[in-house]
This record gives sequence, C-alpha cells and structure tokens, in this order.
Amino acid sequence: MSEIVRVIGNGADLADGEVPNELAEKDLIELFRWLVLLRTFDERAVALQRQGRIGTYALYWGEEATQAGALYACEDADWVFPSYRQNAIGILRGVPASTVLAWWRGYGGTHGFWNPRDHRVGPITVPIATHLPHAVGVAWAAKIRKDRASSLAWFGDGATSEGDFHEAMNFASVLKTSTVFFCVNNQWAISTPISKQMASETIAQKAVAYGMPGVRVDGFDPIACWKVTRDALERGRQGGGPTLIEAYCYRIMPHGTADDPRLYRDEAESEHWRALEPVGRMAEFLRRRSILDDAQEEQIRAEAKQLVAQAVTDMEAIAHPGQEILFDHVYASGRPWNFDEALDELHQVERPAEVKPLGPPTTPGAGEEGKTI
Amino acid sequence: MTAVNMVEALNKGLHEAMTADDRVVVLGEDVAKTGGVFRVTAGLLDRFGDDRVVDTPLAEAGIVGSAIGMAVYGLLPVAEIQFDSFVYPGFEQIVVHAARYAWRTKGEVPASIVIRIPYGGGVRMPELHSDSPESLFVHTPGLKVVCPSTPADARNMILAAIEDPDPVIFMEPKRIYRAGRQEIPDEPPFTVGNGSPNGALNEYLSKARVAREGDDLAIFTYGATVPLTIDAAEKLAREERVEARVVDLRSLYPLDVHAIEKAASECRRALVVHEAPRTAGVGAEVSSLIHERVMLDLEAPVGRVTGYDAPFPQFANEDDYLPSVDRIFAGAKKVLEF
Repeated sequence: MSEIVRVIGNGADLADGEVPNELAEKDLIELFRWLVLLRTFDERAVALQRQGRIGTYALYWGEEATQAGALYACEDADWVFPSYRQNAIGILRGVPASTVLAWWRGYGGTHGFWNPRDHRVGPITVPIATHLPHAVGVAWAAKIRKDRASSLAWFGDGATSEGDFHEAMNFASVLKTSTVFFCVNNQWAISTPISKQMASETIAQKAVAYGMPGVRVDGFDPIACWKVTRDALERGRQGGGPTLIEAYCYRIMPHGTADDPRLYRDEAESEHWRALEPVGRMAEFLRRRSILDDAQEEQIRAEAKQLVAQAVTDMEAIAHPGQEILFDHVYASGRPWNFDEALDELHQVERPAEVKPLGPPTTPGAGEEGKTI
Repeated sequence: MTAVNMVEALNKGLHEAMTADDRVVVLGEDVAKTGGVFRVTAGLLDRFGDDRVVDTPLAEAGIVGSAIGMAVYGLLPVAEIQFDSFVYPGFEQIVVHAARYAWRTKGEVPASIVIRIPYGGGVRMPELHSDSPESLFVHTPGLKVVCPSTPADARNMILAAIEDPDPVIFMEPKRIYRAGRQEIPDEPPFTVGNGSPNGALNEYLSKARVAREGDDLAIFTYGATVPLTIDAAEKLAREERVEARVVDLRSLYPLDVHAIEKAASECRRALVVHEAPRTAGVGAEVSSLIHERVMLDLEAPVGRVTGYDAPFPQFANEDDYLPSVDRIFAGAKKVLEF
C-alpha cells in the first residue's frame, strides 16, 4: 500500500510536514478562505433545505480539502469537472453562489445553469463517473490544439465501480492526456461501504492497470491535496499523462439531506473522523505557525457568511420560471415545430400551482416518530 | 460532377469538412489506419494526420464521452460507432450528456458532435450487427436523428450535421452503402465553419424529399427501405395501375410534419415502411401525426410494414424479418383495398 501523503499534523504526536515552497503565507490564507467559503455554503444549504427553501441537497461537509486544495493547484486555464458532491466548486472560480443554490431549488435555464466555458467549470454531474470521459476529452482537445490546459475531475469511491471510470482512465493513459482523476474516497456510497465496493486494497492501485501513477493523500489535509494535485498537473503538462489521486477520508455526514446513516452504520465511527475535519485542522495549523489570528479568522468567516447570505437573497429574488423554460435551450439551433405546439397545449389549461421544495423529509424507520435527520 | 456511391459520398463530405474547418476531428474504432471497417473514413489519416483522425480504444462510452469533452472545449468531433448495436455501451453518454448539454448550459455549449452509426440488416452478419436502433434516439429530446438514402443526400447531410451545433445521430444504411452511384457536384453545397448559410441546415437536416411522384398512396420511409419502396411502387404501377408517392423522410427527428401532412392529405391513403421493430417505431409517430392532423382526408387507416417485435434474427432468417418488395406491395394493397 502506497504511503498517504500528509502535510498537516495534529499538533501533538503527529508532526507537521514541510509546506511546499510555492505556497506563500498569503496562499495559505487564501486556501483557508476557500475552505471556509465552501463550509459556509454547505452548512447554509442544509439549513435552507430544512426550511423548505431548496430541495434535497447532497452534503460535502468535511470534504472541503479535497475540493479547495485540488482547485488551488490548478491554473486558470485548467478545466474542472465536479460531481454533485462538489456542487459549489464553481463559486471559487466565479460562478455565482446564487446560481448553485438555484440549481438545488429546482431552477434550470439561465437561473440554475452556467456556461462551462466562462470559468472552465463543468456542470454539476448527477450520474456517477460519466463526467470523467468529458474531462479526458477536454484535455485531449487542448493537446490537439497545443494549448496549455489540463483537466481534473472529482468523483467518489463508488464511481470506481462504474465502466465510465475505467474507460476514461484507459483513454487518458493511451492518449496521454493531462488529466487528474481525483477520487474522494470517503468510504461510503450512500449505505455501501468501500469493502463491498471493491476487493482491491486501495483505489490508487487501480492506476497500475492503466500505466499511470496512483497517489494516496490525506483527504482532510488541504495542503497535501494541493501538493499531489500540483505534482500531477506538472507531470501532465510535461507530457507525462494522467494521474489517479485517492484522497482518503470519510463521509462524516449523510449522503444527502434525505439519507439517514443510522440505518446502516455506527455513528460513533463518524464522530472519530469528525475530529480530523479540514477547516478546523487548517485553522489550527495556521495558528501554530502564527499565520492566522482570531481577528483574521473572524473576518474570513464573516465575509463568507455575508457572501452566502447575499446568494440566498439573490436566489430567492428569482421569479418562479415560466412554462417556456421547458423548451428553452433544448436545441442550440432553435426550436423544432412541435415545441410551439406543446406550449400552445400547455397554455390551454390553467397553470398548476407553483412547485415548492418539499422541505425536510421524514425517514421511515429512522426512529419512533419517523424523525427527520 | 462525379458519380459516387454512398461510402464515397460520405468520405468526400468528411474530407471537405476537415479541409474547411480544422476543429473537425474524426475518432472511433479502426477509423484511421484502415479507414473504418466500411472505409467511410479512408484517406483522412494521410491527409489530416493522427492528431485529427484517431483510432481509439475499443470503448463506446469512452468514444462518445471524450467526443463530448472535445466539443465542450470547442472542437467538432465526428465519432464512428462501428456497427449499430455497438452503440449500446455509449447509450448513457448520448442520452444523459450529449442530448442535454445545450439545455444544461443555457444553450451556450451544445455537444456539437456527430455520431455516425452504420445500421440495419441485409448484409449477412453475425448477431448484433444488423439492428435499427433509431427510435431510441428519436425518443431522446435534445438529439437530431437523420438518415440519408442517396449518395447526394449523404454528402450534403454529413456536412450539415457537422455544421449543426446540436448533437446529430447520423444513421447510415449500410446495406445500400455501395448499392449504386449518383452524380454529385464537385464543390460542396456550403463551407463548414461559416455559420448556417442559406438555410442549408434546415434544408438538409429537417426536410423530407419526394423520391417518387404519385397521388394514389403515400408511402413514408427512410434509409435502406427507400429503394425497396420505390421498387414496390413500380410494381404497384405495373400490376395495379396505382401511382404511389414515395416520401424519403431523411430527418427522423424533427419530422417534416408539413411534408407528411401534404402527402397523406393529397394521396388519401398512407403507409409507413421501416426495418426497425414496429412498436413505438418511427412509423407509429408518422401514423399518429397523420391521424391527428388529416384524418378526415383519409380513405383508410395508415398501414405499417416494418421489422417485427423480435430480436433481429440470425442471418439465415433475416430476409423473413426485413421488409421486402413483396411485403411492401402486400401492405400497400391492404391500405388500398380497405
């Protein structure tokens, strides 16, 4: 089993490692700012779901290091492809946070979608592993055009069971595209533990079969995630082809707001992992080095809170979309004749009442009163 | 003018598109060195190099998925699926991504890809080399589905499909790939990469074509059954003194509703012919459109001559499965004698 790359220790028996030279103090602060922003968004989104202001939401609480660390290692020209678990990654590249919230509120069209070319951030991908070939295609196209652009795609441990993962890994290694396969191994695919997902010892070892490097990193350590991603991108840019990164961590939270982990796992285990969560860990690391003080941290948290609060206001200012949105943008070349007929048909009856998010679900079997989670 | 068969016409179109616009790339299994198992992509590798003409690993989700990524980046990929049934491993990429990318990106980043699929039976091949899966794609919003039946259309339509910003499923009737030659102009009808000149996309990607004139019966068909239907129409003229109008649909999505209404209404009797299984096939949609729109002009219910709701057989029995001149003739008589 290859060693797990780690930089941040625990301030006690586990010593801190070397911070890479390229990361100046201001970079570490910026990285912390990104972690806090992602965390703030996620916590607010869960609250909004509980209040019935957005729909079912897929949490990423605890996985911020795998997102911010990897993205901070990318150059501006590099493309990133999120799964739903990295749904808010675009806000670190300029996608309005209100757009991401609107997506979860069930809005499409210009409200909930964005143009991937604006910020080189792919759309939120719901089906598992199917965005990996897209990341390969983007890096392949950049290679054909002789552009300096790489690609990175995030996915979970469950995704490594999908055919598209293997096809994408194979294409990338055969075509030598500069692609980073960033697997967030949080050890759970809803209720399925990694032990039932695969018989391999590690995910990283799957890279061997495709003739590419496989690296394991502490998925709760943003600096380590930055380092392994930066190394992979550098190798890719120099013609070294793709890399598989396994960010080893744990899904501390439920899969989504409709999931109840008490049905399938011992929550004492997630409490153990919760102590390693990356935002607090990074804050302590920065304090140990006197890079961050209370006032600074407070300011960073306040700014994040303000940004997300504004996004909520902006999201809620969007008028409920009209019926035309059903047919908008289905074809870039224009509407086929039957779309106008369909709209006429819709207009002949009274419009159904405005759809609202359902709010917190009750989970059968979750407790005596079918408690919400 | 040069006389070419459909393979040569497609090959000419691909050469023209790749010459006109360096964003056009060709990828698929065995498309480069051998020029494709049907030789549709022959000569492209030598002319345009291995950056733009690529033999890929044998994986259709990888082919379609990476083509989508290339399109997102800004290229215009033309992906070949070697045989009809080989498209099924790539089905998810087509349905959940290619078809939805425009919708998912405010219409700003459609998956501008062409997926060429040699399809259909009659070529004495092993299992799963003879399917007609077009209805699966017709039923998927966001895709265009087209099918040429002549060399001239094949060349014009492949150019238009590449030019079109939306993903196009390009069904190629492999049985008539080399069935005959047709004179086509030396110069392409328009230059790929210059926008949508003179409504070329509309003309080549959404309009049906009258392949034989007649006023007694309208027969709607596409692909490899077009020449068979014309033969059946000639037999009807000889033996029954009935003049059937044969309409080559060319575009299966969107359907040319005006051409369908006009022919059904003027001929008062209609028949649909295709190789694909009957239930929920393109014929069902054409029949439904006719009944919804011009039923009062009809003298008889719309008939269908199609493949059956059974797996495409081992080839010893494929002639029992496929619409033939005799089956089309019999189907036409049933509508005429109603």
